[in-house]
Formats: sequence, C-alpha cells, structure tokens
Amino acid sequence: MKEIKNMTCIGCPMSCPLQLTIVDGEIEEITGYSCKKGEEYARQEYTAPRRMVSTTVACSGGLWPRVPVKTAESIPKETVLAVVRELHRYKVKAPVQVGQIILENVAGTGVAVVATRSLPGSKSEGQETI
Amino acid sequence: MNNPLKKQYDVVIVGGGPAGLAAALGARKSGAENILIIEREVEAGGILNQCIHSGFGLHYFKEELTGPEYAERFVAHALSENITMLTDSYVIDISPALQVAVLSGRHGYLNVQARAVVLAMGCRERTRGAIRTPGFRPAGVMTAGLAQKMVNMKGVLPGRKIAILGSGDIGLIMARRLALEGCEVVSVYEIFPYSNGLTRNVVQCLDDFDIPLQLSATVAFIHGRDRVNRLTIAPVDAQRLPDLNKSWDVDCDTLLFSIGLIPENELSTKLRLHMDPATGGPQVNSTLETSLPGVFACGNVLHVHDIVDFVSEESLRAGQFAADLALGRRRPGDNIALQKGANIASCVPHSLSPDREQVIYLRVKQPMKNCILSIGDRYQKKFRMLIPAEMIRLTLAPEVLDRYFGDNLKIEVRPQEVE
Amino acid sequence: MYDVIIIGGGVVGCALARELSRYNLHLALLEKEVEVGFGTSKTNSGIIHAGHHSSAGTLKGKFEWAGNQMWDDLAKDLKFGFRRIGELLIARQTEDLQYLQDLKKQGESRGVTGLELWDPKRLQKEEPNLSHTILQALHAPTAGVINPYEACFGLIECACQNGVELFCAHPVQSIKAVESGFLIHTQQQDFQSRIVLNVAGVYADRVAAMVGADNFKISPRKGEEYMLDRRLQGIVTHLIFPTPTATSKGVLIIPTVDGPIMVGPTAEDVDDREDFTTSFSGAAKVFASVQEYCPAISDRDTITEFAGLRAVADSNDFVIEGSSVRGFYNIAGIQSPGLTAAPAIATYVTEMLRADGIALTEKERWKADIDGPPRFSQMTPTERKAAILEDPAYGRIVCRCESVTEAEVLYAIQHGARTLDGVKFRVRAGMGRCQGGFCTTRIMDLLVQHLDVPLTTISKRGQGSEVCIPRRDQILAEDEV
Ligand SMILES: Cc1cc2nc3c(=O)[nH]c(=O)nc-3n(C[C@H](O)[C@H](O)[C@H](O)COP(=O)(O)OP(=O)(O)OC[C@H]3O[C@@H](n4cnc5c(N)ncnc54)[C@H](O)[C@@H]3O)c2cc1C
Ligand SMILES: Cc1cc2nc3c(=O)[nH]c(=O)nc-3n(C[C@H](O)[C@H](O)[C@H](O)COP(=O)(O)OP(=O)(O)OC[C@H]3O[C@@H](n4cnc5c(N)ncnc54)[C@H](O)[C@@H]3O)c2cc1C
Ligand code: SF4
Repeated sequence: MKEIKNMTCIGCPMSCPLQLTIVDGEIEEITGYSCKKGEEYARQEYTAPRRMVSTTVACSGGLWPRVPVKTAESIPKETVLAVVRELHRYKVKAPVQVGQIILENVAGTGVAVVATRSLPGSKSEGQETI
Repeated sequence: MNNPLKKQYDVVIVGGGPAGLAAALGARKSGAENILIIEREVEAGGILNQCIHSGFGLHYFKEELTGPEYAERFVAHALSENITMLTDSYVIDISPALQVAVLSGRHGYLNVQARAVVLAMGCRERTRGAIRTPGFRPAGVMTAGLAQKMVNMKGVLPGRKIAILGSGDIGLIMARRLALEGCEVVSVYEIFPYSNGLTRNVVQCLDDFDIPLQLSATVAFIHGRDRVNRLTIAPVDAQRLPDLNKSWDVDCDTLLFSIGLIPENELSTKLRLHMDPATGGPQVNSTLETSLPGVFACGNVLHVHDIVDFVSEESLRAGQFAADLALGRRRPGDNIALQKGANIASCVPHSLSPDREQVIYLRVKQPMKNCILSIGDRYQKKFRMLIPAEMIRLTLAPEVLDRYFGDNLKIEVRPQEVE
Repeated sequence: MYDVIIIGGGVVGCALARELSRYNLHLALLEKEVEVGFGTSKTNSGIIHAGHHSSAGTLKGKFEWAGNQMWDDLAKDLKFGFRRIGELLIARQTEDLQYLQDLKKQGESRGVTGLELWDPKRLQKEEPNLSHTILQALHAPTAGVINPYEACFGLIECACQNGVELFCAHPVQSIKAVESGFLIHTQQQDFQSRIVLNVAGVYADRVAAMVGADNFKISPRKGEEYMLDRRLQGIVTHLIFPTPTATSKGVLIIPTVDGPIMVGPTAEDVDDREDFTTSFSGAAKVFASVQEYCPAISDRDTITEFAGLRAVADSNDFVIEGSSVRGFYNIAGIQSPGLTAAPAIATYVTEMLRADGIALTEKERWKADIDGPPRFSQMTPTERKAAILEDPAYGRIVCRCESVTEAEVLYAIQHGARTLDGVKFRVRAGMGRCQGGFCTTRIMDLLVQHLDVPLTTISKRGQGSEVCIPRRDQILAEDEV
C-alpha cells in the first residue's frame, strides 16, 4: 500500500513542506526539504516522534500552589497524554529543589520527571533578597 | 538581611528579569562594586517564572531549559556574585540626576542614588482595546500571558472551551498548555496570512493536538453579557478588514488575546527619553545608552525579543557599559547613525561606533525568501528566509564601518538576484 | 417595614438615598447588579452639562442648570474629582451660527453664567489642535467632568453612613400593592415599604408595570464611547461639542476628569435592554465625526471602549411623578442630562413627597461628607512616606498603570467591593493602558485573602462572570472525597 504524508519541517524559518511517500509502512521517498536537517526530521518524526513534556504538579506548603516539572528526556509522542494525566494526579510537598526527581518512570515510559524550579517551604527560605 | 541597603550604588538596575540579572552580571564583570537590582515581584526571574515550557537557553547554555530553570541559574549566579537584590519593590520614579525612587513592601519609600541606571522592565501584552474588538465586555476575555500566569502559577484554568486570537508564540504555547490541562481549544485565529509564531510551535502546540489554525481571520464580535458564550469570526481582506458577510459563529467560554507585546516604558516616558516608534522602546547608542546620559536599556524594554538568550547577551553588554560609565571609563561617542532601508522594520542600536565590534538586532517588515542583507557596501549576508517574527542578530567588525560617518550608512534587505 | 424603598441604584437612586437620609425615615435601596452605578450611570460621558443645552419648558431644561450648580459641594463632601473645564460648542457652517446664538440666549435667560462667543483666533489660541476651519465657538465655563461611578459610590456611602440600608444583587421581581403599602419580592428576600420610588433606569417601565403604574414606555438608546491612550492627553482642554445636525447629535471630545481623552457617544435605538455592545460601525462613526474637527485623533489610540443605554421615555422628557397607584412614584426616562440633573431631581422628589403629606423631620445628626478613598497617585512624596510609615500596604503597588497601592485596594474591599470591577471602579486598579494584565491576579489574591473565599469564586462583576475555574483534577479530587 502506498500513502503520502505531509509535514512541515521545524528546523528553521524556511518551514519547508515535506512530503513522505510511504509504502507498506516504510518510507520510500522524502521530498521538499532544502537541507539535510529536513530529511532527518521527516524520518525521525515518521518513525519515532518524541516530545518533551512540561506541566505542573500540585505542591503543598510552598510559595505557589504548583511546582513546574518536565520530563528529563523526550518521551514517545503517543505517551504524552498518559504522562500528563499521571502527573496531574500526583502531589508533592515543599520544599522542592530544581532538578529533584518528582516521579521515576512516569506512565511506564522509563523516563523520570524532574522539578524545573526550587520551591521554598516558605517565603523566608527563598532567594536571598532583601 | 546580610546585605543592608546603601544610599548610593554604581549601577542600579530596574527589573529583575533575565535582562536585569544579566546586566548585573555584566556590571560586575566590568568591575562595578555596588550593584543593586530592584524587582517588583517577590522573586526575581521576570516573565520566565511563568514560562514553564522548554525552549530557553540553547544559545546561551547550549542546552534546552525551561523558563524557570533558566531564571534560577541566573539568580544563583547573581547571588554568588554578591549582587544586592531588592524584591517586592517598585521603582516609581527616576530623576534626570539618577535618583531612583522606590516603593518597597518591606522598606517603605526609598531613594537611592545611582552612577548609572539600567532599565530592564520588560514588556506588557497588547490587550483587546488595542485592536478594538467589538461586542460585549464579559469575563472570559484575557491576554494569553495572564492565562499563563493563572494556569502555571495559580493553578486555576481560564475556562473550559478556549479560542485564541493571535498566533504568536505565547498564544501557541498556551494552546498546548490548555489542551494538556484538559481544556478544549477550539481554534487559533490569525489576522495575517501567515503565523507569527515559530513553525516548531505550530507543529508541536497545534498540530499535535489537532487544534486548527485559521489564517486571515479575526474575532469580529464577542457575545455573552457576563461570560463569553460565542464569538463571531470573520475572514479578513488584504487590508485586514473583516468581511462580515462571510462570518461564522463559534461556541466557547474563553477568548485569549495573543496579539503582541509592547515595551514597558512608563518610566522611560517620564524621563522623556527619545523613543523609537518602530520598537516602542528608547533610542540607544552602541553602548545601549539612551538619550539621557547614564541611563541604559536592555531586554524587552528596549525592543521585544523572541528568545531569552539574546536578551541575556544584550543585557550583559548593557551592564558592562553601564559599569564603565559609572567607573568613569567613558567611551568615545558614536559617529554613525544607522539608516533603515528597504524591508527593515526596526533595528537596535540606533547609532554605531567603528572603534569596536558592533552587535545589531533587527527585524524585517515582510517575509522574504532568498534575500541579501547589506550594511553599507562592505557587509553582505545571504538568508534563505527572513520573517518578521524572527529577530536577527549580526556582529560587525570595525573594518566594515571605518569609512562611514554621519548618516550615510544604510541597512537593507533585498531579494537575491537570480543568477 | 420600611418607610421608603428605592428601586435602582443608579446616580439618581443614590442621590435620592442620600437626600432622603437627612430625614427620620427607614430607608432601603434595592439594586439588581453587584454594585451601585453599574447600569447607565457607569457608562456615560461623565459630563456635568453647562446648563444651557436642554430646551425651556422641559424637565430636562429645568434640572440641567439646577443640578449643575450642586456638584461643587457634592464633590467636596464626597471626595470625588470634579473639574469645571468648560465646554466649546463649535460652528462649522454658517447655518450653525444661529444655533450658537439661540443657545446662548436660552442659557442666559435661565441664568447660566459666563457664556461667550469665541472667534476663530481666540479658539485657535485656546485649542490649537482643532480644525482651523471652525467659524465660531460658544464657550460655556460652567461645564465640568466627573467620574460618574465615583459619584455613585460617594453618594451611597454617605447615604449608608446616615442609615440607608443597601441591598445589591437584589433584582426586584414583583411588587404587590398591599394595605400598608407594598410587598416587594426579590430573588433573595421580600421587603415591605410604605412608599416605593422606581428609579430603575432602562427597566423603569417594567418595574412600574409590576403594580400597573406604567403610563409610559422606555426605549433604550445606545451610546458607544472610546477611551484613548494617555499619550493624547491634553490634545484639547475643553469639552468639545459639534453643532448637532438634523440627523445626528454629533460626537464629543471629552477630556475626562483623570486626564485621558474619551470620544463618543453614538446614538442608536436598540431593542435589547442588555445590549452593551460596541461595534465596528459605531467606532467608524465616532472616529469619522471626530476627525472632521480634530484630525489628530485616530482609532489606533483606543485603549478601551464601552457602551451605555439611555432610558428614553416616549415623551422624550424625564418622567418624575406620583402614579395612579398611591405611594408608588416613577422617576423614569432619565436620559441625558440625567447625570447632571440627578441631585436636583433628588431634592425635587423629596419636596414632592413632602407635598404629598409624608412627614419629613430632619435627623439631629446627619453627616454630609465622607472620608473618601485614599489616592496614592495624588500624594506628594512627603505624604507618601507618611502613608507608608502608617500602613506598609501603601508600599506595594498593585496597578502599575494608575499607581494604585495595596492599601487602596483594601479600602475598596472594606467599602463593599466584591468583584474585580468593584475594585476597578472604586480605586482605578486595572483601568490603565494594560487593562488589568498585570494587576488582575494581585487583586484576585487580595479579594481571596480578605473575603476568605476560593480564587475560583472571584468574578468580574457578579455571579456568572467568574474569572477562572478550578483545574479538572481538582474537581475530580473533590468528587472523590
Ligand atoms: C509568554 C512568553 C513566552 C516566551 N517563550 C520563550 C521561549 O520559549 N524561548 C525563549 O528563548 N524566549 C521566550 N520568551 C521571551 C523571553 O522570556 C523574554 O524575552 C525575556 O523574559 C525578557 O526579559 P526581560 O528581563 O527583558 O523582561 P521580563 O522577564 O519581563 O522582566 C522584567 C522584570 O522587570 C520587573 N519590573 C518592571 N517594571 C518594574 C519597576 N518599575 N520596578 C521594579 N521592577 C520592575 C518585572 O516585574 C519583571 O520581573 C517568552 C516570553 C513570553 C512573554
Ligand atoms: C452614552 C451615554 C452618555 C451619557 N452622557 C451623559 C453626560 O455626559 N451627562 C449627563 O448628565 N448624562 C449623560 N447620560 C445620561 C445619564 O447617564 C443618565 O441619565 C443617568 O445615568 C441615569 O441614571 P439613573 O439612575 O436613572 O439610571 P441607571 O444608572 O440606569 O440606574 C438604574 C438602576 O436600576 C437598576 N435596576 C433595574 N431594574 C431593576 C430591578 N428590577 N431591581 C433592582 N434594580 C433594578 C439597574 O441595575 C440600574 O443600576 C449619558 C447616557 C449615556 C447612555
Ligand atoms: S529542510 Fe532545512 S531549510 Fe527546510 S525548514 Fe528544514 S532545516 Fe530549514
């Protein structure tokens, strides 16, 4: 079976329209790119698209009611929603340190989720400001 | 309180966002002793604190960080350099003699004397009023940045069924953010025939979530007395005027405006700085000094940047120049006024000096493929594509400039001649 | 049992409440919106008309000048801004000159002071940004500007301080005439009163119909107004009125009491009494007319816009009278110059009640003035220092565009503000060019802290206009409990 898939390259502002010819699920041809980056992007995006996910997790006792987090590496695109759902059910307690692991192996992806900021337990423990 | 306030500082920086933080580090690097950052929020970091997505720092740290991570690194660095940070404090006035009047939650009404001042107040969002959207004035209408603050910092949602006007990066990022939070994002509308955001954001924020992007369309009417319940959407013609005969209605309970940012220049106007209508910020020379001697500007208050890495780079320099002036190392003045030629919407700085390497930031007016950017007749650079949404950074070697003076140096972008 | 219940908390209802609070009466005011003044009295031009505009022989004419003279004392007592900046009515065609003459005569015959015709030279000296083709202008120094909502808040605060009971968010749904007076039913509770004053603005005929006292009809006439950026402040210093034509009353330039310029209003008959919408066509009309005589003003400078509804009675004049139902009074059809006229209407109605045999004995202690909201932006540096020393909340700016401090927002909340608009119209927070972009979350936080309610209950202007909703997982979590 032959099918055509369209994509837009995100490599640079040229935004080249990419066209993938797929035969039996395999890439037969990629056209439309103006440089090699475009071809690589199309291949990656077709075979195993991955995304970084950032969201927030409920956090009690901190300066703000939520602490921002991200996946430590990119995760398969199709797992994004499952990851976010799991995180939104999760709760942590302040203080939190930037880089601290919030959750290992989120939604079975094998990837950890880390805090992207420090959240002091109270205002006084925050930045050393006057 | 390990850092009691002094009456006088070498460099006082207004705003503790990435611009202010980098300016402080630049000033330290140039040898300034006493440096004070004044920030009105309870923590430094500026707008980055609410930008929890990744996409920051690829140039500066050579790794992709989220906004809060980028901010935290800078704050830590500034603190390790023993820079004084006065938070929860608002600069209400600066006198031409560089007396800075501050209102502080903890310290009350203060006056500090500066040898040099760096303006780093960032920008604010354009609102519904700026584009005069007709209709009711209900709840559920807000700027995308305000929605971002609500979702990411306050932990509440702006609504359930969201429409977004404007396809700038903030609008796109919020579309994804709200989709991840379980809201239904009905569509993003853009009055221009092209998106004003990065393609990467169009793909990863809209396409990934099947959120339609409607180009050449705008909101022609907001319905709902107390809360938004419907929008009338109209296609626009070449003059960007809505064609109401071809309009259609969309149900939603929230409308976010992501229609651009403007430098926060309340203080600059009070100081009567010479302003540049093209950027909305002050005019500056090649040391990023404004028309008032001793007052410098950098970051989004000078001109709205797309990426924070450029803000940091620019602000480091502004801080260095401010420190140089504070310590009495005055540089020779600029002798070249930069003239905007074909397809240049804005450029900063407004004048140049041939005695050291120059950095220029600019934006084009119209998208242009395969073009050549030229500065005078000794500098040319080819670009495959230039778009208004992407700021361009150039460095110029002194040799390029040494034949010019006065107003005969022109910068322009023209189509490449086909060979 | 109340002696008098006022239905409708617009500027007329509030003025009545304050006026009647001088006497030993048990008084209440019922208002359907969350705040007083949130009907037409918030959305108008804010002009205290000079006194010469409305025709002789009408109630409008009678109360325009009488009302005009009462605002200096009110502004002083109730601490709101009022500036008599004067009005210029401009003639652009030779036909217009006669109109200027006539109006001058009309004003003088009723005692309006200072009316003066200006030639183009004088006009250009005083208003250099107006078109140089204007033939003549009629200067009326008695015209002034106020913030109409501040007047409402001041009037009602004074009234309440003198014993009036205020019930906001209490829409009157039905009224029954009973032996001792009236039984008034609202969504929340019922009230009884001997006398009812119907001051319900565009709904006055509906309220009158509740007791069959509706011998008049109200039709709403919409006016759109456009507020311009502070950049244009000072482009004119007087109120500018064009000479009305057969088809249009003309669009005004209004230097508001706080400085920014406003242009408007339009005049368009509409069916819907809730039609507060602005339109492309309205904006086009406003800017096209204004540009004819002040070319420097453009629609690009708009920072916000709004629309208000004039309550036009079928007689085209004010309706101020007792009705066929004893004890039920209609104060209706209060279209322009209703704001100007409001205090005069209040004293007139009081005298009408006295004439009808209602006992009005003055209270021994009636307090005419109020402390009024603090205004940090208007303090000198020394005053500011002192204010902060006394209350550190003055050291925290909440709204940067208008320099409003936390102390002022707290004042608004202590004086009844429950919503963002309530805070905004009391102390200006959120009114500047960023239109709340920066201060909205801060004001919400302060409301949450001081009212001890969840963030998601904070609204723009009452139930149904909440600003944000809970996260989904929060709802799920609460469901699980
Ligand atoms: C929503 C959004 C998304 C973005 N996404 C990206 C991205 O993905 N990648 C990227 O590289 N860049 C991104 N940017 C751009 C980048 O974040 C900004 O360019 C950068 O933060 C600007 O820094 P700044 O210091 O000039 O301004 P700001 O960060 O706005 O800081 C200004 C500071 O000054 C303070 N201030 C203002 N006035 C006063 C006063 N009178 N007294 C005291 N303090 C004052 C403010 O409180 C604030 O903290 C984004 C920007 C926004 C708004
Ligand atoms: C665009 C425009 C510009 C104007 N400019 C000027 C000007 O410059 N100068 C001037 O003098 N006049 C001006 N006017 C006229 C002026 O605004 C009005 O005359 C004045 O506000 C009328 O006050 P009011 O109290 O009668 O009505 P409103 O302010 O409408 O008050 C009526 C109140 O009754 C309440 N209500 C209605 N039904 C019920 C119910 N069932 N139960 C309880 N409460 C109810 C409403 O909510 C409302 O608050 C203007 C009007 C408009 C529309
Ligand atoms: S293919 Fe190359 S030139 Fe085209 S968008 Fe991708 S990176 Fe840019």
